[in-house]
Amino acid sequence: MSAHTLSNTGVMLGRSMRHVTRSVDTIITVTITPIAMMLLFVYVFGGAIEAGPGDYVDYLMPGILLIAIASGIAYTAYRLYADLQRGIFDRFNSMPISRSAALWGHVLTSLVSNMISVVVIVLVGLLMGFRSSAGIGAWLAVAGILVLFTLALTWIAVIAGMSASSPDGASAFSYPIIFLPFISSAFVPTDTMPAPVEAFAENQPVTSIVNTIRALLAQQPVGDDIWVALAWCVGILIVAYALAMVVYRRKVA
Amino acid sequence: MNTAKPPAIRIQGLRKSYKDLQVLKGVDLDVASGSIFALLGSNGAGKTTIVRILATLLKSDEGTASVNGYDVATEAAQVRESISLTGQFAAVDEILTGRENLVMIARLRRVEGPKQVADDLLERFGLTDAGARRVATYSGGMRRRLDIAMSLIGEPAVIFLDEPTTGLDPEARLEVWQVIQDLSDGGTTVLLTTQYLDEAEKLADGIAILHEGAIIVNGTLAQLRQLLPPAKAEYVERQPTLEEIFLSIVGKDKNGKTTANAKEAP
Repeated sequence: MSAHTLSNTGVMLGRSMRHVTRSVDTIITVTITPIAMMLLFVYVFGGAIEAGPGDYVDYLMPGILLIAIASGIAYTAYRLYADLQRGIFDRFNSMPISRSAALWGHVLTSLVSNMISVVVIVLVGLLMGFRSSAGIGAWLAVAGILVLFTLALTWIAVIAGMSASSPDGASAFSYPIIFLPFISSAFVPTDTMPAPVEAFAENQPVTSIVNTIRALLAQQPVGDDIWVALAWCVGILIVAYALAMVVYRRKVA
Repeated sequence: MNTAKPPAIRIQGLRKSYKDLQVLKGVDLDVASGSIFALLGSNGAGKTTIVRILATLLKSDEGTASVNGYDVATEAAQVRESISLTGQFAAVDEILTGRENLVMIARLRRVEGPKQVADDLLERFGLTDAGARRVATYSGGMRRRLDIAMSLIGEPAVIFLDEPTTGLDPEARLEVWQVIQDLSDGGTTVLLTTQYLDEAEKLADGIAILHEGAIIVNGTLAQLRQLLPPAKAEYVERQPTLEEIFLSIVGKDKNGKTTANAKEAP
């Protein structure tokens, strides 16, 4: 990446971050909804859920973070769609700037804004009694997995944003992704589920990611889960990135 | 008409189809450097397709096009250095303020002193007071002025104005016309697409009519007039046009200057 591209991408990131901070509904949906869900599960359902020895808020935290990221990327798709529709991409693409800068501006904005909401949710979790004995290394590993997960989903969002034909269509792809944590080990242990549901839950990406983060935060051995989780994240990232580039080249002659 | 300068825009044998639909069927066109050239045509005639090809947003199927001496297909980067696109679909960012839009474009074009450039343009286009407001609150005329201001950053040699006055009220239209005239006086080449014939008549040095994907007429207004039978002298009492009435009532003269002769209808 040349200095020119970096400078262009920086300007694009600044523009797109202003879009995030100036739309109150984005901030509410991306951070308040997962926090409300966390309150609901901890203080309403939590008492009746048998999830093992520790505090339920500790058990819940990884899944809530993944739900927050899954709903956050819907807005990335929407912002990209809006840019293409309103023609600001045409202006950028007719200017002497790096053509990938506009796209990377959106991707980096997705990363930055999702990491901000993750931090806010963890802080609220601390107020609700969430505790972790994990050291700096484990926290860095958690951060790394969340970054990979965000990037993988962001590139899916890029595909959706570029190929959608309506604003609803641009964000609709995220509903199944937001729903995946419910059919995983995020809220309850999978061994309480009926066999077919358990089979699905055990073999979808969210369970391995949730288990890995949970083990890292509780200073338990991560086992094979971390490799399965990394394989899912990296695999989705590569496939989604490649597809996004195909769609992008078709869209921008 | 022997000018030493090469044409700012040269199009030869340009063809473009979308699937089975032939949009451009062999377009040839030269635009002299520093002139205002109007491309006339009804909706769907292919005006926008030509502009998109010249702005390197779309590839042609056949033929060549060059802008400022650079080929749009093989020297796209140099073409982008030479042009600016405004109008119909080159949007301004509604969530940012007018000033932020200008600073953003100045930073992207890596112009020195982006903030100063933005302030100067706000001043020049009468947007200083509105500069700190989000563009979403702007009127159509203000938005179009900001749009044109954004395309002046970096002083491109050629500016494409795609239907610059569509949807504007008569006053805003006169403002935009004045801006275009000033640009041309400053040496910038302006390619204008429009469906308003009076706009071409008022502004353009050269006019081409695009019809069903081909240029059917190309010349100056005087040359175009000769295509019709000579004018006959007839005595007709000239009534004021509705535009003149409107402008006189709202208190602006033809050049968009406010005058103090607003009257009430009897």
